[in-house]
Amino acid sequence: MSISTSPSSQNLMSLYKNSVSCSIHTREPFKIEKFQSGSSSIKPASISCVMTSESAQMEVKENKLKDFQRPDSFGRFGKFGGKYVPETLMYALTELESAFRSLAGDEEFKKELDGLLRDYVGRESPLYFAERLTEHYKRPNGEGPHIYLKREDLNHTGAHKINNAVAQALLAKRLGKKRIIAETGAGQHGVATATVCARFGLQCVIYMGALDTERQALNVFRMRLLGAEVRAVHSGTATLKDATSEAIRDWVTNVESTHYILGSVAGPHPYPMMVRDFHAVIGKETRKQAMEKWGGRPDVLVACVGGGSNAMGLFHEFVDDADVRLIGVEAAGFGIDSGKHAATLTKGEVGVLHGAMSYLLQDDDGQIVEPHSISAGLDYPGVGPEHSFLKDIGRAEYYSVTDEEALEAFQRLSRLEGIIPALETSHALAYLERLCPMLPNGTKVVLNCSGRGDKDVQTAIKHLEL
Amino acid sequence: MAIALKTTSFLQTRKSQSHFLRLSAPTFTVSFKSRTVMATLSIAPAVGLSETFSRLKQQGKVALIPFITAGDPDLSTTAEALKVLDSCGSDIIELGVPYSDPLADGPVIQAAATRALARGTDFNSIIFMLKEVVPQLSCPVALFTYYNPILKRGTEKFMSIVKDAGVRGLVVPDVPLEETEVLRTEAAKNNIELVLLTTPTTPIDRMKAIVEASEGFVYLVSSVGVTGTRSSVSSRVESLLREIKEKTAKPVAVGFGISKPEHVKQIAGWGADGVIVGSAMVKLLGEAKSPEDGLKELGTFTKSLKAALP
Repeated sequence: MSISTSPSSQNLMSLYKNSVSCSIHTREPFKIEKFQSGSSSIKPASISCVMTSESAQMEVKENKLKDFQRPDSFGRFGKFGGKYVPETLMYALTELESAFRSLAGDEEFKKELDGLLRDYVGRESPLYFAERLTEHYKRPNGEGPHIYLKREDLNHTGAHKINNAVAQALLAKRLGKKRIIAETGAGQHGVATATVCARFGLQCVIYMGALDTERQALNVFRMRLLGAEVRAVHSGTATLKDATSEAIRDWVTNVESTHYILGSVAGPHPYPMMVRDFHAVIGKETRKQAMEKWGGRPDVLVACVGGGSNAMGLFHEFVDDADVRLIGVEAAGFGIDSGKHAATLTKGEVGVLHGAMSYLLQDDDGQIVEPHSISAGLDYPGVGPEHSFLKDIGRAEYYSVTDEEALEAFQRLSRLEGIIPALETSHALAYLERLCPMLPNGTKVVLNCSGRGDKDVQTAIKHLEL
Repeated sequence: MAIALKTTSFLQTRKSQSHFLRLSAPTFTVSFKSRTVMATLSIAPAVGLSETFSRLKQQGKVALIPFITAGDPDLSTTAEALKVLDSCGSDIIELGVPYSDPLADGPVIQAAATRALARGTDFNSIIFMLKEVVPQLSCPVALFTYYNPILKRGTEKFMSIVKDAGVRGLVVPDVPLEETEVLRTEAAKNNIELVLLTTPTTPIDRMKAIVEASEGFVYLVSSVGVTGTRSSVSSRVESLLREIKEKTAKPVAVGFGISKPEHVKQIAGWGADGVIVGSAMVKLLGEAKSPEDGLKELGTFTKSLKAALP
């Protein structure tokens, strides 16, 4: 199934850019052209084209995005996404998608998952009004936005990662797989996976870049304590991208016995869709909590973006609410012109990495470049395909923040609210410095506090003199 | 026989991170950003992949298809290795383009790619080397590359560059059947055959669609896994070969894991039309005491494999 190439998406992009670049006071719905899709003479392996039950039930008032399937039956978001993996994995992906779609409508599964999210993970996570942070952004005349933090840092294991891990472990059990593998950058997804494997009695192998095992030593210990085997990956740049490649190779080799719990909304279809849907509880709760707290919707959503899972989890519920602004914040490392950053959506080009077509950081030869960020979880040269899509159609905005700015924000939240955020989350918090001065009085900002920063204390000690 | 005409104009690009590669002849890298075209007329071997297989079938022979990674230990050794492989009985040669994230490759080819990249091997220099060497070969060359380097240049441009280098076949392991149409169209315009892979996990209906679309030959992956030598060939290969041959008359070559004359003989006995040997070759070249030793061992090894085949 081939999708029409750049010319029409360029037109779309300029349409969206026009509507977004005007001041946020105007709340015009996005206008889009009908998206042309080409046809292929080769039919994909057969799966009935059924939307997940959530998408099917979604009632959208100003649903201008309805002409786009997110994703379509081949896992494409516009031209992004897809399944660019060795043939050996194709059947496993098909099987996984079938299982996911059937479980989406399975009441037993939903009940079991909800129970675990409530009693094991500790959901629902609070939507917390950050009083002193709000005060900090008040202008001299007393005006300013209201800042709320969605407390994913309060989940069991200290980050949002567990939402997806718990659901995929349940899925793996339904598939009869006894062995689980995962990749991890900061270690949070690795810890979440090791946690659920302990909970369900599954064999667990975590791949982690050798460099990351050093800067996140606490998490490595936690994974081993939880009974997982942590394999340090020395190939390539020894960071998240290489751990992901190695996890994929393991899966290619052991596909019949093993389930791969991919930790973000990246990778081949159905992962971007599945991981998003498992994190979508973040956005759903936020909608309910916003209604309870101020009788309305959030105006602006802010989240950090590495692979993009916490951001998609928050954004997904609101993508079709055209007047909710979606802002993703990536890692600019030493600066976006320094060559040492991970600002994929700002500086990347479209290519294929780890099974998906998306923006990625590559050199002139098409080789994947080693990114840099002080935060291991954002240190990925790719990004989830749905983010690439949302950027291209202008539905979401993406900016980036340096290591230094993130460290400042890390300290700021600690001092103003008594919450030590993860360095990844600190990137989103840092962007508030640029965002808040421009927001009208009373704008409701919800920032996804995706993780807590205990794991980052050693890194902080190296960089901060306190 | 192939003829090559070279101009005497030299183009050089300076890349801050790469150094010039030393070939036995004076070297120059070509910048594709500048529109100056090298007036190299190289008439590639007239024979493509399908034709090679037809000829071999008539002679009752099975194709020997070695694989090596370009740039490991260096491009001049690769150039020599191509000639050695050709003269020692190879029927088709697969040349791997080194890539930073080779998902389908095991430790041997991964390491070869890393070494090649560390030496500054890039696509342009590989193409340049091929333009010199391909006209000297009697067997066709197929490129094995991941998708991103193709996308980087644009499929159309990539195919035309590769055709000018005399390449006749292409294998792209991370593009699924459903996405191969654009590749196949552009390849066909440039007289390049796009070979598709089928594996032990591929369901029969999908396998059928793959073999129908595959050009040149059908690449049967022998085992569930990545590239890398294995001590024995999976017995599933025999039944997989049979299943495939029920669905197509196209030639089928088996690859992944094959490393010894015994393997090669066994697979030929099961009805394969060709055998692909990769990691074993790459290992030889990569672990040799010197490039010269490596080339010698490569020649010996290739001959031993050829001798085991009908």
